Amino acid sequence: MNRYELIETLVPVLKDTLVVCNIGIPSQELFSICDRENHFYMLGSMGLCSSIGLGLALTTNKSVVALEGDGALLMNLGTLATIGNRAPDNLILLVIDNGSYGSTGDQATYTNEATSLAAMARGGGCQSVIECPGDETARVLANALDAKQPSVIISKVVPGNRPLPVVPLHPIVLRERFKETIQT
Amino acid sequence: MDTEVIKTETWAELLYDSLRELGITIFCYVPDAGHRVLIERSISDNNVISVPLTTEEEGVAFLAGAHLGGKRGVLLMQSSGVGNCINMLSLINAGRFPFLTIVSMRGDFGEQNPWQLPMGQAVEPCLMAMDTLCLRIETREDIPSTTEAATQMAYKSDQSVAILLSQKLIGAKPF
Repeated sequence: MNRYELIETLVPVLKDTLVVCNIGIPSQELFSICDRENHFYMLGSMGLCSSIGLGLALTTNKSVVALEGDGALLMNLGTLATIGNRAPDNLILLVIDNGSYGSTGDQATYTNEATSLAAMARGGGCQSVIECPGDETARVLANALDAKQPSVIISKVVPGNRPLPVVPLHPIVLRERFKETIQT
Repeated sequence: MDTEVIKTETWAELLYDSLRELGITIFCYVPDAGHRVLIERSISDNNVISVPLTTEEEGVAFLAGAHLGGKRGVLLMQSSGVGNCINMLSLINAGRFPFLTIVSMRGDFGEQNPWQLPMGQAVEPCLMAMDTLCLRIETREDIPSTTEAATQMAYKSDQSVAILLSQKLIGAKPF
Protein backbone atom coordinates (compact mmCIF):
# COMPACT_ATOMS: atom_id res chain seq x y z
CA MET A 1 0.00 0.00 0.00
CA ASN A 2 1.33 3.47 -0.84
CA ARG A 3 0.30 6.87 0.54
CA TYR A 4 -2.48 7.49 -2.01
CA GLU A 5 -4.05 4.09 -1.33
CA LEU A 6 -3.73 4.71 2.42
CA ILE A 7 -5.42 8.13 2.21
CA GLU A 8 -8.31 6.53 0.29
CA THR A 9 -8.96 4.27 3.30
CA LEU A 10 -8.64 7.18 5.78
CA VAL A 11 -11.06 9.59 4.12
CA PRO A 12 -14.26 7.99 5.52
CA VAL A 13 -12.79 8.03 9.05
CA LEU A 14 -11.78 11.69 8.72
CA LYS A 15 -15.27 12.87 7.76
CA ASP A 16 -16.08 14.60 11.06
CA THR A 17 -12.60 15.60 12.15
CA LEU A 18 -10.53 18.70 11.46
CA VAL A 19 -7.59 17.71 9.26
CA VAL A 20 -4.28 19.55 8.88
CA CYS A 21 -2.44 17.98 5.95
CA ASN A 22 1.29 17.95 5.25
CA ILE A 23 2.78 20.03 2.42
CA GLY A 24 3.20 18.78 -1.12
CA ILE A 25 1.95 15.60 -2.69
CA PRO A 26 0.12 14.40 0.46
CA SER A 27 -2.11 17.49 0.25
CA GLN A 28 -2.56 17.03 -3.51
CA GLU A 29 -3.57 13.40 -3.01
CA LEU A 30 -6.02 14.17 -0.19
CA PHE A 31 -7.52 17.04 -2.21
CA SER A 32 -7.86 14.80 -5.27
CA ILE A 33 -9.45 11.90 -3.37
CA CYS A 34 -11.84 14.02 -1.34
CA ASP A 35 -11.82 17.79 -0.76
CA ARG A 36 -13.72 18.92 2.31
CA GLU A 37 -13.91 22.30 4.02
CA ASN A 38 -12.60 20.72 7.22
CA HIS A 39 -9.26 20.08 5.47
CA PHE A 40 -6.46 22.61 5.89
CA TYR A 41 -3.90 21.86 3.18
CA MET A 42 -0.38 23.10 3.73
CA LEU A 43 1.21 24.56 0.62
CA GLY A 44 4.49 25.35 2.37
CA SER A 45 6.18 25.39 5.79
CA MET A 46 7.42 21.79 5.83
CA GLY A 47 7.50 20.29 9.30
CA LEU A 48 4.86 22.43 10.97
CA CYS A 49 1.75 20.32 10.41
CA SER A 50 1.77 18.96 13.96
CA SER A 51 2.38 22.42 15.43
CA ILE A 52 -0.65 23.88 13.62
CA GLY A 53 -2.59 20.84 14.82
CA LEU A 54 -1.57 21.42 18.43
CA GLY A 55 -2.57 25.09 18.39
CA LEU A 56 -5.87 24.13 16.82
CA ALA A 57 -6.59 21.22 19.17
CA LEU A 58 -5.99 23.39 22.24
CA THR A 59 -8.53 25.96 21.01
CA THR A 60 -11.38 23.74 19.77
CA ASN A 61 -13.38 20.86 21.17
CA LYS A 62 -13.48 19.02 17.85
CA SER A 63 -11.14 16.16 17.02
CA VAL A 64 -8.03 17.21 15.13
CA VAL A 65 -5.92 14.90 12.97
CA ALA A 66 -2.51 16.20 11.87
CA LEU A 67 -1.64 14.20 8.77
CA GLU A 68 2.13 14.42 8.77
CA GLY A 69 4.93 12.76 6.78
CA ASP A 70 8.13 11.11 7.98
CA GLY A 71 10.44 13.56 6.22
CA ALA A 72 8.51 16.57 7.51
CA LEU A 73 8.39 15.27 11.08
CA LEU A 74 12.14 14.68 11.00
CA MET A 75 12.45 18.43 10.33
CA ASN A 76 10.64 19.39 13.53
CA LEU A 77 11.38 16.62 16.04
CA GLY A 78 11.00 19.03 18.96
CA THR A 79 7.27 18.89 18.31
CA LEU A 80 7.23 15.37 19.75
CA ALA A 81 8.30 16.78 23.13
CA THR A 82 5.78 19.62 22.92
CA ILE A 83 2.99 17.24 21.96
CA GLY A 84 4.23 14.61 24.40
CA ASN A 85 3.73 17.06 27.24
CA ARG A 86 0.92 19.37 26.11
CA ALA A 87 -1.35 17.60 23.61
CA PRO A 88 -5.02 17.67 24.60
CA ASP A 89 -7.29 14.62 24.24
CA ASN A 90 -8.57 15.70 20.83
CA LEU A 91 -5.22 15.64 18.97
CA ILE A 92 -4.04 12.75 16.86
CA LEU A 93 -0.73 12.92 15.01
CA LEU A 94 -0.88 10.47 12.11
CA VAL A 95 2.47 10.11 10.38
CA ILE A 96 2.41 8.56 6.92
CA ASP A 97 5.84 6.95 6.98
CA ASN A 98 6.83 5.88 3.49
CA GLY A 99 10.54 6.28 4.18
CA SER A 100 10.77 8.78 1.39
CA TYR A 101 10.81 12.49 0.50
CA GLY A 102 8.00 11.94 -1.98
CA SER A 103 7.56 15.48 -3.24
CA THR A 104 11.21 15.90 -4.23
CA GLY A 105 11.84 12.64 -6.07
CA ASP A 106 11.50 9.87 -3.49
CA GLN A 107 14.91 10.24 -1.92
CA ALA A 108 15.13 7.96 1.13
CA THR A 109 14.61 9.33 4.66
CA TYR A 110 16.39 7.93 7.71
CA THR A 111 13.29 5.93 8.68
CA ASN A 112 14.53 3.54 5.97
CA GLU A 113 17.58 2.90 8.09
CA ALA A 114 18.05 3.00 11.85
CA THR A 115 15.54 5.74 12.79
CA SER A 116 12.24 4.89 14.50
CA LEU A 117 9.68 7.70 14.70
CA ALA A 118 7.62 5.61 17.15
CA ALA A 119 10.60 5.38 19.50
CA MET A 120 11.19 9.12 19.11
CA ALA A 121 7.54 9.86 19.89
CA ARG A 122 7.73 7.70 23.02
CA GLY A 123 10.98 9.39 23.98
CA GLY A 124 9.28 12.74 23.54
CA GLY A 125 6.71 11.77 26.13
CA CYS A 126 3.81 10.66 23.92
CA GLN A 127 1.87 8.00 25.87
CA SER A 128 -0.18 6.36 23.15
CA VAL A 129 2.05 5.52 20.19
CA ILE A 130 1.04 2.88 17.67
CA GLU A 131 3.06 1.80 14.65
CA CYS A 132 1.03 -0.18 12.15
CA PRO A 133 0.98 -1.25 8.50
CA GLY A 134 -0.90 1.04 6.10
CA ASP A 135 -3.78 -1.38 5.62
CA GLU A 136 -4.54 -1.41 9.36
CA THR A 137 -4.33 2.35 9.80
CA ALA A 138 -7.98 3.29 9.17
CA ARG A 139 -9.06 0.92 11.96
CA VAL A 140 -6.31 2.16 14.30
CA LEU A 141 -7.31 5.76 13.59
CA ALA A 142 -10.99 5.06 14.23
CA ASN A 143 -10.09 3.45 17.57
CA ALA A 144 -7.84 6.38 18.48
CA LEU A 145 -10.65 8.86 17.75
CA ASP A 146 -12.99 6.84 19.98
CA ALA A 147 -10.40 6.62 22.76
CA LYS A 148 -10.46 10.42 23.35
CA GLN A 149 -6.81 10.63 24.25
CA PRO A 150 -3.83 12.13 22.45
CA SER A 151 -2.34 9.56 20.10
CA VAL A 152 0.53 9.21 17.68
CA ILE A 153 0.08 6.74 14.83
CA ILE A 154 2.99 5.79 12.59
CA SER A 155 1.56 4.24 9.43
CA LYS A 156 4.11 2.28 7.41
CA VAL A 157 3.54 2.38 3.65
CA VAL A 158 5.71 2.07 0.55
CA PRO A 159 6.93 5.08 -1.48
CA GLY A 160 5.02 6.23 -4.54
CA ASN A 161 3.14 9.32 -5.69
CA ARG A 162 0.19 10.04 -7.97
CA PRO A 163 0.98 12.67 -10.60
CA LEU A 164 -1.53 15.35 -9.60
CA PRO A 165 -1.86 19.12 -9.99
CA VAL A 166 -1.24 21.47 -7.07
CA VAL A 167 -4.15 22.31 -4.78
CA PRO A 168 -5.90 25.15 -6.66
CA LEU A 169 -6.97 27.08 -3.57
CA HIS A 170 -5.31 30.23 -2.21
CA PRO A 171 -4.12 29.95 1.41
CA ILE A 172 -6.49 32.79 2.38
CA VAL A 173 -9.41 30.77 0.99
CA LEU A 174 -8.21 27.68 2.84
CA ARG A 175 -7.97 29.67 6.07
CA GLU A 176 -11.37 31.32 5.76
CA ARG A 177 -13.37 28.25 4.80
CA PHE A 178 -11.69 26.23 7.53
CA LYS A 179 -12.57 28.86 10.17
CA GLU A 180 -16.17 28.87 8.98
CA THR A 181 -16.29 25.09 9.31
CA ILE A 182 -15.11 25.30 12.92
CA GLN A 183 -17.60 28.00 13.82
CA THR A 184 -20.60 26.07 12.49
CA MET B 1 15.46 42.57 45.75
CA ASP B 2 17.80 44.96 43.98
CA THR B 3 16.70 47.99 42.00
CA GLU B 4 17.34 46.33 38.65
CA VAL B 5 14.92 43.46 39.40
CA ILE B 6 12.21 45.83 40.62
CA LYS B 7 12.53 47.84 37.40
CA THR B 8 12.26 44.69 35.25
CA GLU B 9 9.18 43.43 37.04
CA THR B 10 7.46 46.76 36.74
CA TRP B 11 7.58 47.00 32.95
CA ALA B 12 6.98 43.29 32.46
CA GLU B 13 3.93 43.27 34.72
CA LEU B 14 2.55 46.21 32.79
CA LEU B 15 3.18 44.41 29.49
CA TYR B 16 1.44 41.23 30.67
CA ASP B 17 -1.57 43.16 31.95
CA SER B 18 -1.77 45.04 28.63
CA LEU B 19 -1.78 41.80 26.63
CA ARG B 20 -4.48 40.26 28.81
CA GLU B 21 -6.66 43.36 28.53
CA LEU B 22 -6.39 43.06 24.75
CA GLY B 23 -7.82 39.55 24.81
CA ILE B 24 -4.64 37.52 24.43
CA THR B 25 -5.31 34.09 25.96
CA ILE B 26 -2.69 31.91 24.23
CA PHE B 27 0.95 32.30 25.25
CA CYS B 28 3.70 30.23 23.68
CA TYR B 29 7.37 30.79 24.26
CA VAL B 30 10.98 29.83 24.04
CA PRO B 31 12.39 31.07 27.33
CA ASP B 32 14.44 34.22 27.64
CA ALA B 33 15.45 36.20 30.71
CA GLY B 34 13.67 39.23 29.30
CA HIS B 35 10.41 37.28 29.14
CA ARG B 36 10.76 35.69 32.60
CA VAL B 37 7.91 37.62 34.23
CA LEU B 38 5.54 37.19 31.28
CA ILE B 39 6.19 33.46 31.19
CA GLU B 40 5.64 33.09 34.94
CA ARG B 41 2.46 35.17 34.84
CA SER B 42 1.09 33.11 31.93
CA ILE B 43 1.81 29.82 33.72
CA SER B 44 0.03 30.93 36.89
CA ASP B 45 -2.92 32.50 35.02
CA ASN B 46 -5.83 30.03 35.01
CA ASN B 47 -7.53 31.82 32.15
CA VAL B 48 -4.79 31.38 29.55
CA ILE B 49 -3.10 28.49 27.77
CA SER B 50 0.68 28.67 28.19
CA VAL B 51 2.85 26.34 26.13
CA PRO B 52 6.65 26.06 26.17
CA LEU B 53 8.10 25.36 22.72
CA THR B 54 11.31 23.62 21.72
CA THR B 55 11.98 26.09 18.91
CA GLU B 56 10.43 29.37 17.83
CA GLU B 57 9.17 28.12 14.47
CA GLU B 58 6.80 25.79 16.30
CA GLY B 59 5.21 28.92 17.73
CA VAL B 60 4.50 30.48 14.34
CA ALA B 61 2.47 27.43 13.33
CA PHE B 62 0.98 26.99 16.80
CA LEU B 63 -0.50 30.48 16.71
CA ALA B 64 -1.84 29.90 13.19
CA GLY B 65 -3.64 26.84 14.56
CA ALA B 66 -4.91 28.81 17.55
CA HIS B 67 -6.27 31.47 15.16
CA LEU B 68 -8.16 28.77 13.24
CA GLY B 69 -9.60 27.78 16.61
CA GLY B 70 -10.68 31.39 17.21
CA LYS B 71 -8.19 32.56 19.85
CA ARG B 72 -5.72 35.45 20.12
CA GLY B 73 -2.18 34.46 21.01
CA VAL B 74 1.36 35.76 21.27
CA LEU B 75 4.77 34.19 20.70
CA LEU B 76 7.45 35.25 23.18
CA MET B 77 11.00 34.81 21.97
CA GLN B 78 14.44 36.35 22.02
CA SER B 79 15.93 38.02 18.99
CA SER B 80 18.06 35.02 18.03
CA GLY B 81 14.81 33.06 17.64
CA VAL B 82 13.65 35.40 14.89
CA GLY B 83 16.11 33.73 12.54
CA ASN B 84 14.46 30.38 13.21
CA CYS B 85 11.05 31.71 12.17
CA ILE B 86 11.77 33.34 8.83
CA ASN B 87 10.77 30.55 6.43
CA MET B 88 7.72 29.70 8.51
CA LEU B 89 6.42 33.26 8.29
CA SER B 90 5.44 32.30 4.74
CA LEU B 91 2.47 30.49 6.28
CA ILE B 92 1.42 33.70 8.06
CA ASN B 93 2.09 35.94 5.09
CA ALA B 94 0.47 33.83 2.34
CA GLY B 95 -2.58 32.97 4.44
CA ARG B 96 -2.87 36.50 5.91
CA PHE B 97 -2.99 35.00 9.38
CA PRO B 98 -2.88 37.50 12.23
CA PHE B 99 0.40 37.02 14.09
CA LEU B 100 1.79 38.76 17.17
CA THR B 101 5.24 38.17 18.60
CA ILE B 102 7.18 39.92 21.33
CA VAL B 103 10.92 39.82 20.78
CA SER B 104 13.30 40.57 23.64
CA MET B 105 16.35 42.05 21.99
CA ARG B 106 19.99 41.12 22.19
CA GLY B 107 22.54 42.70 19.93
CA ASP B 108 21.15 46.20 20.07
CA PHE B 109 21.58 49.09 22.55
CA GLY B 110 24.73 48.51 24.64
CA GLU B 111 25.37 44.88 23.63
CA GLN B 112 28.66 43.53 25.04
CA ASN B 113 28.72 40.10 23.37
CA PRO B 114 29.88 40.27 19.74
CA TRP B 115 28.18 36.96 18.90
CA GLN B 116 24.78 38.51 19.68
CA LEU B 117 25.18 41.44 17.30
CA PRO B 118 24.70 39.85 13.85
CA MET B 119 21.23 38.39 14.50
CA GLY B 120 20.21 41.25 16.75
CA GLN B 121 20.96 43.79 14.05
CA ALA B 122 19.30 41.61 11.40
CA VAL B 123 16.01 41.20 13.28
CA GLU B 124 14.21 44.17 11.81
CA PRO B 125 15.36 43.78 8.16
CA CYS B 126 14.63 40.03 8.25
CA LEU B 127 11.15 40.50 9.69
CA MET B 128 10.40 43.36 7.31
CA ALA B 129 11.52 41.20 4.38
CA MET B 130 8.79 38.75 5.41
CA ASP B 131 6.19 41.54 5.67
CA THR B 132 6.20 41.54 9.46
CA LEU B 133 5.69 45.03 10.89
CA CYS B 134 8.08 45.99 13.68
CA LEU B 135 7.16 48.27 16.59
CA ARG B 136 10.00 48.99 18.99
CA ILE B 137 9.50 49.70 22.70
CA GLU B 138 12.30 51.62 24.40
CA THR B 139 10.58 53.03 27.49
CA ARG B 140 8.06 51.79 30.02
CA GLU B 141 5.71 54.61 29.04
CA ASP B 142 5.39 53.17 25.51
CA ILE B 143 4.19 49.75 26.66
CA PRO B 144 0.39 50.18 26.86
CA SER B 145 -0.01 52.18 23.64
CA THR B 146 2.44 50.13 21.55
CA THR B 147 1.02 46.84 22.79
CA GLU B 148 -2.48 47.99 21.90
CA ALA B 149 -1.37 49.27 18.50
CA ALA B 150 0.43 46.01 17.66
CA THR B 151 -2.42 43.80 18.83
CA GLN B 152 -5.02 45.75 16.85
CA MET B 153 -2.87 45.74 13.72
CA ALA B 154 -2.41 41.98 14.06
CA TYR B 155 -5.91 40.93 14.99
CA LYS B 156 -8.06 43.58 13.33
CA SER B 157 -6.01 44.03 10.14
CA ASP B 158 -4.73 40.45 9.78
CA GLN B 159 -1.11 41.56 9.91
CA SER B 160 2.06 39.94 11.10
CA VAL B 161 3.42 42.21 13.84
CA ALA B 162 6.50 42.08 16.07
CA ILE B 163 7.02 44.16 19.20
CA LEU B 164 10.75 44.56 19.74
CA LEU B 165 11.73 45.10 23.37
CA SER B 166 14.89 47.18 23.13
CA GLN B 167 17.82 46.67 25.46
CA LYS B 168 17.17 50.30 26.40
CA LEU B 169 14.07 48.95 28.15
CA ILE B 170 15.27 45.58 29.41
CA GLY B 171 18.94 46.44 29.94
CA ALA B 172 22.01 45.05 28.22
CA LYS B 173 23.17 41.75 29.71
CA PRO B 174 26.77 41.50 30.92
CA PHE B 175 27.22 38.09 29.14
